[in-house]
Amino acid sequence: MLKIQNLHVKLEAEDKPILKGLDLTVETGKVHAIMGPNGSGKSTLSYVLSGRDGYEVTEGTAELDGVDLLSQEPEERASEGLFLAFQYPVEIPGVGNMTFLRTALNAQRKARGEDEVSAGDFLKLVREKAKSLKIDAEMLKRPVNVGFSGGEKKRNEILQMAVLEPKMCILDETDSGLDVDAMKLVADGVNALRSPDRAFLVITHYQRLLDHIRPDVVHIMADGRIIKTGGPELALEVEQNGYADLLAEVK
Amino acid sequence: MATEAKVLAPLDIRLARAPAGGFTSAARAAAHGRLVAMGLPGRRDEYWRYTDPAELNAPAAVTAENPMPEAPLSVSGALQIRFDGGVAAPLPQSPEGLDLALLSAADTQDIHWAGALFGVLEGEGQSPVKRPLAALNTVLATEGLLVRAGSGSHAIHVDYSIGSMGSDTYLHHCIRVGEGADLTLIESGRAGARSNILIEVDLAPGARFHHVRAQGRDADRRTVTHIFARIGAGASFKSFTFGENGRLTRNEAILDIRGDHAVAHVAGVALGNGAAVPVLHDDTVFITHGAVGCESRQVFKKVLRNGATGVFQGKILVKPGAQKTDGYQISQSLLLDEDSQFLAKPELEIYADDVKCSHGSTTGAIDETALFYLRSRGVEKDRATALLVLSFLADAIAEIEDPDLADQIVARLEDWLGLGAAE
Ligand SMILES: Nc1ncnc2c1ncn2[C@@H]1O[C@H](COP(=O)(O)OP(=O)(O)O)[C@@H](O)[C@H]1O
Ligand SMILES: [Mg+2]
Repeated sequence: MLKIQNLHVKLEAEDKPILKGLDLTVETGKVHAIMGPNGSGKSTLSYVLSGRDGYEVTEGTAELDGVDLLSQEPEERASEGLFLAFQYPVEIPGVGNMTFLRTALNAQRKARGEDEVSAGDFLKLVREKAKSLKIDAEMLKRPVNVGFSGGEKKRNEILQMAVLEPKMCILDETDSGLDVDAMKLVADGVNALRSPDRAFLVITHYQRLLDHIRPDVVHIMADGRIIKTGGPELALEVEQNGYADLLAEVK
Repeated sequence: MATEAKVLAPLDIRLARAPAGGFTSAARAAAHGRLVAMGLPGRRDEYWRYTDPAELNAPAAVTAENPMPEAPLSVSGALQIRFDGGVAAPLPQSPEGLDLALLSAADTQDIHWAGALFGVLEGEGQSPVKRPLAALNTVLATEGLLVRAGSGSHAIHVDYSIGSMGSDTYLHHCIRVGEGADLTLIESGRAGARSNILIEVDLAPGARFHHVRAQGRDADRRTVTHIFARIGAGASFKSFTFGENGRLTRNEAILDIRGDHAVAHVAGVALGNGAAVPVLHDDTVFITHGAVGCESRQVFKKVLRNGATGVFQGKILVKPGAQKTDGYQISQSLLLDEDSQFLAKPELEIYADDVKCSHGSTTGAIDETALFYLRSRGVEKDRATALLVLSFLADAIAEIEDPDLADQIVARLEDWLGLGAAE
């Protein structure tokens, strides 16, 4: 599904390398987790994959089902089926959540040559998905993320994911700032979307989210590289011993 | 003295053929005197530093090019009144409680209710800031609407069209809304190649006045407007203006709050694209609080691209004794490129101690983070930009009370953004 090879990325504005030869392959139907200390480049990876400005790829490739991602505009990547749940979802005053979601869904469908969804069908679809995430009608009517609590913002990201039905989902610290109940809601939302046709890359600083979203593979990232890959037990190791041992081991 | 004579020179031609008038004659003569004393505006005047009035001063209008066909706003249930190049079509029948007349017809009489307004509010509004183009209007305008809403609730839609491509239009409207009456005034279209429109509004205690105008989408037009309002106790004045492009637009609102617990809102959205012809859009507002417990609100937003210039000059004056005043002013511009500019001069002058006044002005570009967020969800760049423009304009659009008119304005701005066919 997702294949990243020898990815080197620096900031556009300055000569600061952030990703330094990252290799990662996520297979269809699998859930991979990336764990790593703050500043290791996890968010940068998610931004570069989804096409944010300000970064320069100096070497390497990233493909989604064989299609080169790095040469595409962000909206093209989205229509190809890539989705990033943001670490910090953005507030957009004056644009209703429903308008935003419907515009996004129809833009993607149009790009794929599919028919647009009617207002009625869309409403039904969103209501159904919102219900399981405990997102009420009031929240759907409000401007995008404006006045939402931290937990509401993260649930809103998962709602967007559920409505847009991407094939490759990247979740950047979706657990940060959530209490246990909110985290369970979010994890349930993600688990409901697990399918043989879809893959997940779950970025997290802590192991606790992985108690709820059981990963197939766990990667440890440090200083712009994947330094170790293993099964779910790797996450427990980090939980017990922190990153220090792992980092020392590599050096 | 040499410079003064030069500034007045273009005036002489127009003043020489100034109409005498019937009930307006004294007001016209007084305005004539004021104008000669003031002279026409120049770049050295404090309130004309950002906007060059030369094309408004010139003796004749420049012929307009490339007119764009435009549908007027559609307003159901409103009385339709048309001015073509400043010439009025016959008036419709006035309903009960509403008194309608054309200035040209009424001005054959020596006595008329509008005599208490015509040139009077304009004259009072000449201090502390002089407004020569308003005095010029009082001298020269021979046409306009005289509207008196005595009771009930009424809506009037004034639909302007250009007439000839060289039309130079002066219109002077007088409006009085009586105690407890409610009047909605909608204006749409461009009134001339060059137009100078003045509205005097007198609101009795408890009167309500709503004003929405869309000033046309033609790029090649020069427009100056003034609204002078006198607002009585407990009355409500709300005015919203939508402007697209335009070589030169100067909209002045001079609101005088005289009675306690009155409300005055003035808002505007201007979209300027300087690609075809240069665009300058200027909002100049002066609100005087002269009573207790009144609220005023100014919300002005401009979206500028391809070298367009936006100007905002807004003042709140709180007179001694005008306690519990709540004055709010915001002016913001969104620059879609680096060639465009926004010049703002917000002012507060307060002589009462128990007041709440705020003003703010910002200039900014599209928020890159928000743009990326939208695009990452699959929304194309242009559409995402348009959504963010709508987001920027939201609190100004919210000043339009009628949802149907608000929808029409939003449709026009989506059109301007190149999204006419979307959704
Ligand atoms: N836009 C940016 N400007 C400056 N520094 C940045 C920017 N993006 C990332 N960095 C730097 O790159 C490193 C990796 O950051 P990030 O990808 O956010 O790490 P993580 O998500 O693993 O905490 C950090 O040192 C961070 O300061
Ligand atoms: Mg991060």
